[in-house]
Amino acid sequence: MANTIKLEIVTPKSVVYSEEVSMVGLPGRQGDMGIYPNHVPLMTKVNAGEIEVTREGQKELLAVGDGFAEIMPEKISILTDMAALEAEIDEAKAEEALKAAENRLKGENLSDEQIIAAEAAAAAAMAQLKVKRRNRS
Amino acid sequence: MPSTRDIRRRIKSIKNTAQITKAMQMVAASKMRRAQDAAMAGRPYAELMNRMLAEVTATATDFQHPLLENRTNTKKRAIILVSTDKGLCGGLNTNLLRDAAQLDKENSVFICAGRKGAQFVGRTRRELTAELSYADVPEFSDARTIAKFGVDLYTEGTVDAVDVLFTNFISTINQKPELRQLLPIVNIKGVEGTVAGDNEGHTLEASGQEFLFEPDAPEVLSSLLPHYINYQLFQILLESKASEHSSRMVAMKNATDNANQIIKDLTLEYNKIRQASITSELLEITTAQMALG
Repeated sequence: MANTIKLEIVTPKSVVYSEEVSMVGLPGRQGDMGIYPNHVPLMTKVNAGEIEVTREGQKELLAVGDGFAEIMPEKISILTDMAALEAEIDEAKAEEALKAAENRLKGENLSDEQIIAAEAAAAAAMAQLKVKRRNRS
Repeated sequence: MPSTRDIRRRIKSIKNTAQITKAMQMVAASKMRRAQDAAMAGRPYAELMNRMLAEVTATATDFQHPLLENRTNTKKRAIILVSTDKGLCGGLNTNLLRDAAQLDKENSVFICAGRKGAQFVGRTRRELTAELSYADVPEFSDARTIAKFGVDLYTEGTVDAVDVLFTNFISTINQKPELRQLLPIVNIKGVEGTVAGDNEGHTLEASGQEFLFEPDAPEVLSSLLPHYINYQLFQILLESKASEHSSRMVAMKNATDNANQIIKDLTLEYNKIRQASITSELLEITTAQMALG
C-alpha cells in the first residue's frame, strides 16, 4: 500500500507543485480537509487559503486562490488561479495587491464580473499574507 | 538603361526598408517566444480542467445546465472572430477572413476581438454585435469580457450556438484558421492538444471512477462550466497571439531576405554599369590618342 500521494497544483501560468507527499490539508468549500493516501475519489471546490503539505516529515505551506480539487486514491490535482510556495511570497506585493483589490471594491458602478474578480484577487492576496505571517508568530 | 545615380538611390531606399523590416522581425521574434511560452504554459491547466469537467458531466447526468442544453434547431449562430489589430503579418488575416466569408451571412452575428475582423464584418455588411479588443499579452479578464458577450447572447436565446473562429497555432511556420464550437458544450475538446500539432484535439472520456462531490455535483458543475468557457477562450486568445507573432516574424523575415536579395542584384547591376562607362571612357581616350598620334 502506497503511503504517499501525488500532489499537483496547476495554475494557468505553470505547474507550481508536483511532489509525492504523505498528507495534504486543504481549504474545501465546507471547511478544511485533511487528505491521506488512498482517499476515496472526491471532487470539490477550493477556497482561497493555505494548503498544508507534509512531505518526508517536513511541513510545507502554500497559498492558493479559488479553484477546484480532484482527489483520487493516488493523486490530488488542484486547479487554481494562483498558487505560491511560502518562500516565494512577496509580502509587500501581496499587501499592495490586497489594497488595490479593496480599493476597486470601494469604487462605484462595478459590474458583477468586476466584483467577483476583485473579491477573488483580495482573497488570493489575503491567503498569501496569512501563510507568510503564520510562521513568524 | 537606368543611370548609376538612379540605381544608387534605389539601393539606399531598399536598405532603409530592410532595416525597418529587420527591426520588426526582431520585435516579433521576441514577442513570439513569449506568446508561444504562454500558450504552452496554459496546457496542463486546460488538460486538468477538461478532465475534471468530463468526470463531473459523466456523474451529474440528470443535471440540466443552460450551457449544456443542446438546442435542436440551430437558427442563429454567434461567431466570435478572433483576429489581429495590426496588419503586416502575412496571410494570417486573409486566411482567417476567407473562412469567415464562407459562413452563413444571414444567420450569423459576429463578436469581433481584434480590429481587422471588425473591419471585415463592417465592409461585407454582416451583423456586428460587439467589437472588443484584447491586450498584446492577453489577460484572463479580456477572455472573460469576450466570453460574457457570447454567453449572454446564448442564454437570452438570441442565438442557439456560439462558435469561435480563430487562428490555431501549430508551429512557427504553420498556423491554421479553425472554427470551434464554444456553446453549447457538447464535446469537451481542448485547444491545448493542438499546440503540439494534433489538429483534432481530443474528446476526453471519464475514467469511470465513482466520484464523491462536495458540496454536490450540480454546484461543482455550475461553477466549473463558466470557468471552463472563460478559460477556453483565454487559451484561444493565447493561441491567436502566438500565431500572430509567429506569422509576423516569418513575414518580416521574408521581407528582409527579399530586400537583401534586391540590394545584391542592384549592386551587381550598378557595378556593371559603372565598369561599362569606365571601359567606354578608356576606349574613347585611347582612340583619341591614336587618332592624334
